Amino acid sequence: MSNRLINWFRFSSPQAFYPLAGKMTPWFVALAVLFGVTGLWVSFFVAPVDAQQGQGYRIIFVHVPASWMSMFLYVVMAAWAGFGLAFNTRLSSMMASAIAPTGAMFAFLSLWSGALWGKPMWGTWWVWDARLTSELILLFLYLGFIALQAAIDDPRRADKAGAILALVGVINVPIIYFSVKWWNTLHQGASVSLTRSPSMAQTMLWGMLLMALAFWMYSIAAALVRVRAIMLERERHAGWVEDLPEMRA
Amino acid sequence: MIWGSPAEFLEMGGYAFYVWGSFGVTAAALVIETILLRKRRTDAIVELRREIAARSKSPT
Repeated sequence: MSNRLINWFRFSSPQAFYPLAGKMTPWFVALAVLFGVTGLWVSFFVAPVDAQQGQGYRIIFVHVPASWMSMFLYVVMAAWAGFGLAFNTRLSSMMASAIAPTGAMFAFLSLWSGALWGKPMWGTWWVWDARLTSELILLFLYLGFIALQAAIDDPRRADKAGAILALVGVINVPIIYFSVKWWNTLHQGASVSLTRSPSMAQTMLWGMLLMALAFWMYSIAAALVRVRAIMLERERHAGWVEDLPEMRA
Repeated sequence: MIWGSPAEFLEMGGYAFYVWGSFGVTAAALVIETILLRKRRTDAIVELRREIAARSKSPT
């Protein structure tokens, strides 16, 4: 038990995590490609046409996974930021900073694909509906976190300020999730729920899950690459950075 | 088979703009982020190499 704890904490230093992250990245890229290809295959060639929305419903295979990832990544980002604040571990805060841009991208893609779905089905690109508005706030929280960190020169202070913003913003995630229940919204209710069987064809569900897995693996790979870049930028004066094989021209 | 011909596939039952607009922008975003990530890494390495070279030239 104690052995295992020591082994885990060994990787909480940037010096130890840097090579590990480098080794893990190609595996997550490979998984992302694998899930992405099968997910797209199911999305376009296996899932049947929808009775009401025709082929237009296929936007679901990018919209729902992107929305899930935007919320999930926010929680993970806030958790890392919280660890960094509580235990003063450099790596945790770097992980939070590494996740933020990818999370913002998925929040944007959720809104973008939602607008392109809303236009043909609802007749409008945008409404100030609870679900849409709270997802827009999620995008602003990500952008606020990135901007706040960028505005503070001292990285340790930037980590702390960002962590507080990220933690306060977590309240928005359950608001997004439950918005379709709490308010009478234009946005439809959840198609997939933890508590009841999904209200959709099995193959559609599989397409969504595979695409969500692809985005998930992609996000891990992107965060690992970014956290390595952040380590190089921040730990530039540390001896271990100078000794890296990459630094030999 | 859902699609009779490649043209039918591209048409997406009249929703081509919306479906391909969603998938296309998503694919573009993932590719752009990948390029930016690679650039951020190479920029950091180039900058560090320069610093290390400068330090070894003028030892203080």
